[in-house]
Amino acid sequence: MQTEFTAEHSHLSERDNRALISVFSAYTVTATLWLLFATGVGLLMAFKFGAPEFGPGAWLTFGRLRPIHTNATFYGFASIALVGLGYYVAARSSGAKLYSATLAWAGLVLFNLAALAGTIALDLGYIDGDLEYREWPWWIRLIFLAALVVTAWNLIGTVARRSSDDIYLSNWYIIGGTLWTCIIAVVAIVPWYQYGLGQVAVSGFYMHNAVGMWFTPLALGIIYYTLPKLLNRPIYSYALGVFAFWTNLLFYPIIGAHHFEFSPLPWWLQTIAIVFSVAMLVPVWGGSSNFLLTMRGRTSDMVHSYPLMFIFVAVMSYLIGSTQGTLEAFRSLQEVWHLTNFTVGHSHLTMYGIIVFAIWGGIYALLPVATGKQASKLGMALHFWMALVGCFIYVTSLSVGGTIQGLDWVHGLPFIQSVVDMQGYYVWRGVGGLLMFLSHTVFGWNVWRMCYGPGAVASPLESLRAEEAVA
Amino acid sequence: MNKLVPIVGGSTLVYACLACMMGVLPGIELSKVPAGPGVEPLTALQSEGREVYVANGCSYCHTQQVRPLNQDKVFGRPSAAGDFAYQTPELLGSERTGPDLTNIGVRQPSSVWQYIHLYNPRAVVPESIMPSFNWLFDVVDQAASGVTPIPLPKAYASARSVVVPTHKAEALIAYLASLRQPPWAGTEAVSGGRPMPDMVSPTTTASAPASASLAPPGIGYDAAKGAALFTANCSACHQANGEGLPGAFPSLKGDAVVNDDEATKHIQVVLRGLHDAKVGGLVYGSAMPPFAATLSDAEVADIVDYERSSWGNHGKPVIAAQVAAERAKAQ
Repeated sequence: MQTEFTAEHSHLSERDNRALISVFSAYTVTATLWLLFATGVGLLMAFKFGAPEFGPGAWLTFGRLRPIHTNATFYGFASIALVGLGYYVAARSSGAKLYSATLAWAGLVLFNLAALAGTIALDLGYIDGDLEYREWPWWIRLIFLAALVVTAWNLIGTVARRSSDDIYLSNWYIIGGTLWTCIIAVVAIVPWYQYGLGQVAVSGFYMHNAVGMWFTPLALGIIYYTLPKLLNRPIYSYALGVFAFWTNLLFYPIIGAHHFEFSPLPWWLQTIAIVFSVAMLVPVWGGSSNFLLTMRGRTSDMVHSYPLMFIFVAVMSYLIGSTQGTLEAFRSLQEVWHLTNFTVGHSHLTMYGIIVFAIWGGIYALLPVATGKQASKLGMALHFWMALVGCFIYVTSLSVGGTIQGLDWVHGLPFIQSVVDMQGYYVWRGVGGLLMFLSHTVFGWNVWRMCYGPGAVASPLESLRAEEAVA
Repeated sequence: MNKLVPIVGGSTLVYACLACMMGVLPGIELSKVPAGPGVEPLTALQSEGREVYVANGCSYCHTQQVRPLNQDKVFGRPSAAGDFAYQTPELLGSERTGPDLTNIGVRQPSSVWQYIHLYNPRAVVPESIMPSFNWLFDVVDQAASGVTPIPLPKAYASARSVVVPTHKAEALIAYLASLRQPPWAGTEAVSGGRPMPDMVSPTTTASAPASASLAPPGIGYDAAKGAALFTANCSACHQANGEGLPGAFPSLKGDAVVNDDEATKHIQVVLRGLHDAKVGGLVYGSAMPPFAATLSDAEVADIVDYERSSWGNHGKPVIAAQVAAERAKAQ
């Protein structure tokens, strides 16, 4: 299975190489712009919990910014960044050139067009219902679907040209995730089975699958490629990775209804969702232990390599955040945590901790190899620590505050007491959010250095790794 | 293409089947759930209001689902499948930064309160962190004939101009007023709905008799409980200082009914609510909701006693048995 790793791109022409690198860079740059925008909006919203009049008027009202923040993060930043990485990983691990650079550029235009149109529509109050993560008007979601189809076609075409017989595991995840998400997008758009409670069932399915069958598989695919590259050793168990792939595929689509526990959705549908939320421990523990065993004994390298540190945080968040998700699904805990800020903490621990850290690890590991330009060690250090500490403060404050909020309700206190009790935690959430946002500005600087900066001299270990990776 | 087909094609086929099973099929089946008894479609104005609600993302902070849990009883009876027949797009929501609104038309029937609260929530609930929706209002020198300006508290009003709702605000308030749960056929609706003993958390059920036993009947009342109940049910209008809002909600401080030793009227108002109340020579147009269905005799007694002993009031305290007697009287 390791043949893919040695089958490198030596036979590729310089022109094909350049085409791949500029696609990868362009996806990363636009994704970074979306990250800055989306988290800037998030920061503004965080302030509103302490100062509700901060940012007045219709265009800056919380209820419009909330879907702008989530959709721009999901479909602007994370999707574009993951697809850019996905193209690079698919081409490199297959030892092939991109099937079509033109299609890749067309996809990039479509992704950005959708995110831009969606953002503007939401701010003007054009919204397809307050249906989490599918708020964009349906025709804008069709643009996004077109981008997905283009991407899937291009990825399949690229991997079909691979120089070896086997398909490296990363590509299973990347292509699979893209095709599954096409299905999710279609299910979400077709209106005929979405009336009243029927739409609630579809919402449960959608809001969970859009996250876990799109971002998670792509992020895992990136880790399966990046981690062995950075450590220069094969993944601990290829078979375990394959096992996690199929179990994730079988269990994950079934658990969406756990977002509507105690709702009028059929009780059995909720129960099945809870049962399979527990079953999700199998792919989660399988996948994360596979990564950790690959890293085993190499902690000293980790200290010297920020890309590895980012990946390590992503793996730990995958383990902790997903296990937390299983626990949250139990009715006894939902009774306290459901509808509180605890869930907001959970979604940031997973989306930010897993997906975004994996994206950053992938970009820091692969973009310098592609462009031959390095980000400064200080820049990566600042980014890493501010993002990590910020996310820790964010998640901790909302987890503790959310628990108190839930207990206030259980104890039958007047509702307003739960608002008052959250105040201090909202402030800490703002502090964490500010650090996270600042780290993103540093990331922007680092991306600029890696794409357009001078060919800086990196630390000995990293330039060694870069040489190894290219060799 | 050899291995691409089984891996990519196979996994996508599996996923398509699962998506149908967990998304599409439940969607088809549940879309057919008929409206429950008493569940009516919205009027044109209410629908328009619902669109304002959706466009401004109200449901990111307000749920519209009452769970069959003790802590949700304050929001109404547990939501039933038939309640959602006319609700597309669905507005169940995922967070309760603010209270659930399933039954807000019953819990807060006063449109005057809703208008003031929408214009600036802190004008009636000082601790609120809801955004002001003042951009759904017009500030004019003088209200057109037939339009009643919003009776804002002094701190939020300008001396020279008045505030009137736009059409969107009127539609939104009409929608909120329409959010009334039709009662269930059985009387168990009020007392908790779907029996689910293992779901019911012991805390609230246990605390009620315990705190009641602290207050020997006829001698005193549980002041902490009375204060909490007042905050949860009354202070949004009558305010924490009992003084209400001039022109909008009557003051309880020094009020004749509250200080009358004969408590019949006081208890009756809490149980049955009030319309077009004439207090101190002023007629208050906003309606007060009845609490007979949501509060027990002991809880009504606690609230009445709290009002009778706060802000310098000194009405004669009442006991739960008096409330029970008033409740038994024909309306």
